[in-house]
Amino acid sequence: MKIGEHDWHLEPLGKHIWRGRMEAGQLLALSREVKEEGGQLIALWGSDDRHLAGGFGIHAALLTSSGLAWVSSALAANAPAYPDLAHIFPQADRMQRATFDLLGITASDAVDDRKWLRHGAWPANVFPLRKDFDASLPATHDTDAYPFIRVEGDGVHEIAVGPIHAGTIEPGHFRFSVIGERVLRLEQRQGYTHKGTEKRFEGMDLATGAKLAGRVSGDTHSAYAWAYCMAVETATASAVPERAVWLRALFLEIERIANHLGDLGYLGNDVALSFGFMQFWRLKENWLRLTAKLFGHRYLFDCIVPGGVAMDLSDSGRAKLALEANRIETEVRSLKAIYDEHATLQDRFANTGVCKPDLAARLGLTGLAGRASAQAWDARAQFPQAPYDQLDVSMSTQRRGDVLARAEVRFTEINESLRLIRDLLARLPAGDIHTPLKPVQDVCEGLGWVEGWRGEVLVAVRIGADGRLDRVHPHDPSWQNWPLLEVGQLGNIVPDFPLINKSFNLSYSGPDL
Amino acid sequence: MATHLILQKIFKTGFVSEPAPQADLNLRTREQALHADILKVFGQSVAIRHVDAGSCNGCELEIHALNGPHYNIEGMGVKFVASPRHADVLLVTGPVSRNMEVALKRTFDATPEPKWVIAMGDCGCTGGMFGESYASCGKVSNVIPVDVEVPGCPPTPIALLQGILAAVSKAKKTAS
Repeated sequence: MKIGEHDWHLEPLGKHIWRGRMEAGQLLALSREVKEEGGQLIALWGSDDRHLAGGFGIHAALLTSSGLAWVSSALAANAPAYPDLAHIFPQADRMQRATFDLLGITASDAVDDRKWLRHGAWPANVFPLRKDFDASLPATHDTDAYPFIRVEGDGVHEIAVGPIHAGTIEPGHFRFSVIGERVLRLEQRQGYTHKGTEKRFEGMDLATGAKLAGRVSGDTHSAYAWAYCMAVETATASAVPERAVWLRALFLEIERIANHLGDLGYLGNDVALSFGFMQFWRLKENWLRLTAKLFGHRYLFDCIVPGGVAMDLSDSGRAKLALEANRIETEVRSLKAIYDEHATLQDRFANTGVCKPDLAARLGLTGLAGRASAQAWDARAQFPQAPYDQLDVSMSTQRRGDVLARAEVRFTEINESLRLIRDLLARLPAGDIHTPLKPVQDVCEGLGWVEGWRGEVLVAVRIGADGRLDRVHPHDPSWQNWPLLEVGQLGNIVPDFPLINKSFNLSYSGPDL
Repeated sequence: MATHLILQKIFKTGFVSEPAPQADLNLRTREQALHADILKVFGQSVAIRHVDAGSCNGCELEIHALNGPHYNIEGMGVKFVASPRHADVLLVTGPVSRNMEVALKRTFDATPEPKWVIAMGDCGCTGGMFGESYASCGKVSNVIPVDVEVPGCPPTPIALLQGILAAVSKAKKTAS
């Protein structure tokens, strides 16, 4: 596969997914060429390969004009290090720091080498994702100290918020430096929900792994479960029945609609239009109840399993879902007319929390928030996996990059998902919904790539010769987007933070792992 | 005009709120002394502070849903508040991550007596899929005392409401 001037000798691993290995030094040249042609770094993670007669490994997933490139470099067993990529792709910064905290793999010459996922729970010289990590060691309770970047000057003061917030949201710390009400700097500190998910995967059987993958970030359950299953099915060269693949897409679009409805309600709520909250949450609740009736779970938990899906759809269920899709479309249209007409709402949404397109491109803003800032990437449209290759997804983009743009993208995506659901229901192929996976013969690997409601979800899997999971890395789009929330808040007033934050609605659990 | 459209929509929608479910006393894991006496003082109102101690955010989806129009919790006297200092009940989700252990203990200490703790979800009740590890303390009762456990992944809003009502119900759990 050629990127820029060079052939990087990448082999196809799946549809639009490429695999390659190279010297750590070459990662830098590859990253530069990907950046040059307008691509992005999606994910970066490490692995301990010493039990496979290697040292350590560093892995990067890059979005290129030909699809997703998963490249890896072997690193020494002693003092493993690779060149810093954050000066090319700033979004690599937190991923590099997390890789060090978990594996002790260093990004040489990185400007920011502060800890990220490690707070006080384990010592600095211990690395939990190493295979020889001794889990029986008693937990330390070191006090967590973190060097925030201080803003100094006349009249500057700090507001420290969290980890526990005033509303029902996940825990994280925000440090605002402000003059009056205007924010000069926002710095995030995360990792509070780090619960050892990646370590938990190790040694797990493939079916249980799907359940855990779906719980990396509960609101994105179907995207994670699908990406995990895609990776496992690629690794074991197992085929999935066509009907199951179509049902997976149906689940993913049901999940997207549920989340977008909820967010549009909360966006109304955050500008004191509680009418909007109540109306959108009425629609969401009806949607969830129908989902539970048809598939046994309000959020479709554990419906996607390796080899297919666990729940089928009856003909009467198809009719009910199509009917509800029509009803939601009409209701959302009438609510959008109100949001469009509501002066206070428009005033609060427009020009608030702006991420300009050039900055979004430079910092790697992705997914729904990226599309609201003219970052026209949607894996369902550009690099469609089955069945999206037969659905002709229309991508929704905006250029304003403000709260209004992110709300608009949600409105358009609800309509597109409803259209997709109707199409999926009408053309749902007949047949089985599950085929057992082929048995594992030797160490094998795979990658899953799914456009979840928030952005692209990646799951990389390595299965050991014993058929159990050896290394799983799930990647959440919130990794790239959190730093853009810091930027989007600049110059805005503190009371607009909840609104801007909600317009991104990023996951804490997803990147905290 | 927006006001006209809003009023039209409200009248067209009508009432969607549903009757409250019964308390499920079987979810109680602990009986506090003077339970009934305390409730005489509380009357029919209870303030809840939610703490995500490491959840996957699945349980949070259902707490949000509980605030929607179908459940009408404020009509039952149940209100979510912004500070533990205003709360009667702590609603804790997730396996308690080690990075949240101190924050959870401090929140518990900041909640005035008398107080109840509800552990929500399979992770909060047992540690769930995440269990105990270098990064997770497991179930909520490993870190602070728990009065009611509501299992489920995630528990439905109705199950959660039954748990909340069990925490503050005057009835005693019958020995089973």
